[in-house]
Amino acid sequence: MFFLVPLGFLAFQSLQSGTFDIGYAFDWAWGNYWDALHRYHAWLFRSLLYAGLSTVLALVISYPLAYWIAFRGGRWKNLLLVMLIAPFFVTYLIRTLAWETILADQGPVVRILRDVGILGANGRLLATSTAVVAGITYNFLPFMALPLYVSLEGIDERLIEAAEDLYASKVQAFLRVTLPLSLPGVVAGTLLTFIPATGDFINARLLGTPNQYMIGNVIESKFFNLLDYPEAAALSFTLMAVVLIVIAIYARAIGTEKLTG
Amino acid sequence: MKFVRRHLLTGYAIAAFAYLLVPIGIVIAFSFNDPAGHFNYTWQGFTFDQWRNWDGVPGLRDAMVLSLEIALLASVVATALGTLIALALVRYGFRGRGGTNLLIFVPMATPEVVLGAALLALFLNLSFVTLGYWTILIAHIMFCISYVVVTVKARLIGFDRSLEEAAMDLGANELTTFRKVTLPLIAPAILAGGLLSFALSIDDFVITYFNAGSDITFPLFVWGAAQRGVPPQVNVMGTVIFAFTIAVMLINVVVQRRKEGQTA
Repeated sequence: MFFLVPLGFLAFQSLQSGTFDIGYAFDWAWGNYWDALHRYHAWLFRSLLYAGLSTVLALVISYPLAYWIAFRGGRWKNLLLVMLIAPFFVTYLIRTLAWETILADQGPVVRILRDVGILGANGRLLATSTAVVAGITYNFLPFMALPLYVSLEGIDERLIEAAEDLYASKVQAFLRVTLPLSLPGVVAGTLLTFIPATGDFINARLLGTPNQYMIGNVIESKFFNLLDYPEAAALSFTLMAVVLIVIAIYARAIGTEKLTG
Repeated sequence: MKFVRRHLLTGYAIAAFAYLLVPIGIVIAFSFNDPAGHFNYTWQGFTFDQWRNWDGVPGLRDAMVLSLEIALLASVVATALGTLIALALVRYGFRGRGGTNLLIFVPMATPEVVLGAALLALFLNLSFVTLGYWTILIAHIMFCISYVVVTVKARLIGFDRSLEEAAMDLGANELTTFRKVTLPLIAPAILAGGLLSFALSIDDFVITYFNAGSDITFPLFVWGAAQRGVPPQVNVMGTVIFAFTIAVMLINVVVQRRKEGQTA
């Protein structure tokens, strides 16, 4: 209801043509979409790449953490959970700016990496893809960790004990019992991280350079700097469609029952 | 070796927590920084000046007031509407219920830029709307509603209907039953939805950015400042917001633990 109306207007806008000065008129300008795909596919692809990388990183970082809180947290679980989502309580922009401080050229991380030789003497972290991906990963990590925790928390520990009683090694018990049972959390977490990450333009702007700009940056500048509303709208729709396609492929790969689970 | 293996996961968890919390520590620490020039990026020296002089940056106070106002209004309206929608979705079968259920997820399953752009397209095409206070408010109510609906719905689904039937059997009419039985039982979810809305609204940048016109909320102020060099007072505000939300969360944890103690 409330969401369909704005989306309808977005579609309407995306098919208009004209310029800002003479005004836009609706005339089924499908060319906007052709333009969106043709001229901006590099940005679209980069968005998907960065978002995908960040999602995988977030999963790798938060799965053991969620596991630890769920099974070893004991009576501190709730407190640890508050710590887990604490980054959310710092304004998004401010926490991204904190990363700017951490990764700055004079900062400790760059210095250590230079000393160890991973970065060259003049190597930088800011203004690289690494910084942007790191920022996105950090910013959306709680979206990943929380569903993981919920699904791991819900596992009946007796099932794992039973597997071990039946002579499964710890690794086998994990791979064949714990992991499959936590899969709904993995699916929910990856979607909740991937979707907002594809549209992000703040990390690329604050931690990167125009070479790292994502599709969100293009949409933003089309709307506000170039005042090319139809193209911006077409790009927004294209982004949404691409995200839906990626999700559909993902759902197909993992099985739909598990998605709706 | 055995020691290492046993504590590997714990060590990892501590490292991961450090990764999560260090940036927060930096935000707080730099609110006490005494920067030499325009940029608050390197540590210069400890001072309380920024806290004493929190109102020293033009525009910051107005932005903060606007953010609080919008967050308060948006969360109240979104909580009321969201609760009603959740009740309707769970209690009444109507045509299009499945579709509505799906629609509730749209704002959560769409990148924020697309939502912001869609709302902007709507407002741009309605000639009688000027971007500003009201468009920000409408946008915030819109994205908050979804979260309220999902929170309240989860509670309603796990709800024992026989409690309501018992109240009716004892002669309560529908309104009394709702007031005395249903509402107290779903109140924690309503409160949670409201708090979540408040937090989402006060933190929202992307959607606000698209629909704010010339009005400036706190995140928009930070965005503007980021281009020129962020004054440490922004960190002061960030720290205050952080401390406040953490306090609310911790109170919630303590209250819940006490409740569990009572029933156990």
